Amino acid sequence: MKWLLLIILLVPCLAGAEEARPLTDNPQAEARLKHLAVELRCLVCQNQTLADSNAPLAEDLRREVREMIAKDMSDKDIIEFLVTRYGDFILYRPPLKATTTLLWLGPFVLLIAGVAALVLALRRRQKKLVDLSLSEDERKRVAQLLSEGANRL
Amino acid sequence: MNRFLLPLAAFLVVVGFLAVGLTLNPRELPSPLVGKPAPAFSLPQLHDQAKVFSPNEMTGKVWLLNFWASWCGGCKEEHPVLLHLAKSGEVPIYGVDYKDTRDEALAWLRQHGNPYPLTAVDEAGRVGINYGVYGVPETYVIDKTGVIRYKQIGPLREDTLQAKILPLVRELQNQ
Repeated sequence: MKWLLLIILLVPCLAGAEEARPLTDNPQAEARLKHLAVELRCLVCQNQTLADSNAPLAEDLRREVREMIAKDMSDKDIIEFLVTRYGDFILYRPPLKATTTLLWLGPFVLLIAGVAALVLALRRRQKKLVDLSLSEDERKRVAQLLSEGANRL
Repeated sequence: MNRFLLPLAAFLVVVGFLAVGLTLNPRELPSPLVGKPAPAFSLPQLHDQAKVFSPNEMTGKVWLLNFWASWCGGCKEEHPVLLHLAKSGEVPIYGVDYKDTRDEALAWLRQHGNPYPLTAVDEAGRVGINYGVYGVPETYVIDKTGVIRYKQIGPLREDTLQAKILPLVRELQNQ
């Protein structure tokens, strides 16, 4: 009975116990593909990289990139191939262009504006502080109050 | 009073940006191919495997190139629009059956009607990649000299057809 149970339990292991097929036989090409694919966006599921996505288009594009690697094309040429077809959107790091200046410089503009606002606010506040001069009696009273407070602790 | 003006102004600016953002469709990416020659290809025809179709056969005509597939839901949605347009005879629509099987594609056309004078078969999706296809259906307007003039991403709707595509087609036909 125990044996039968064991055999039944082992049956599922026979199915699909195959390792995922490597994308190419060449580990160097595979490393290049990985390196490139994390920089490229899958156009179907737009927040995934080409490396992560299982969309059919991503598979096709990986195949395309793999073939270009096999043809010994440079990274620059491969990326250009994709950009001429799909536009800059395929890049996770958009290039600095006239249309993307706001994207690239916007955060720095906001940072500078924030710092300027802070400096202005601090200066304005400093002006509001009025130097109050205390009389001798008041000084004594302050000292007395402070020492009383200290004793209470 | 003054101390509320600045935050209010900042708030309005943000609202402005967000309002514009809401009207944009992140699925619709501007194609870098608009204004460029349509990539050449030579693909077997769907109805007659022995024959091929190539876009340079269309030189001198304004035409639409429509990527579709039998597995694609949006294609079913736009199909009545394509059939209607084909019937009007205003502009020929050539199909590319994208990553599909021949039998299923033929069955699909028999069932839903065939607006295409000719459909080419892109089984591996390579021509699709050359055209920057990332989600079928996609439709390209190609002018007499073989330059892509417009790209429609997603199902073609009657209102887009009337407002954008047909006026463009008429303008290109008169050139």
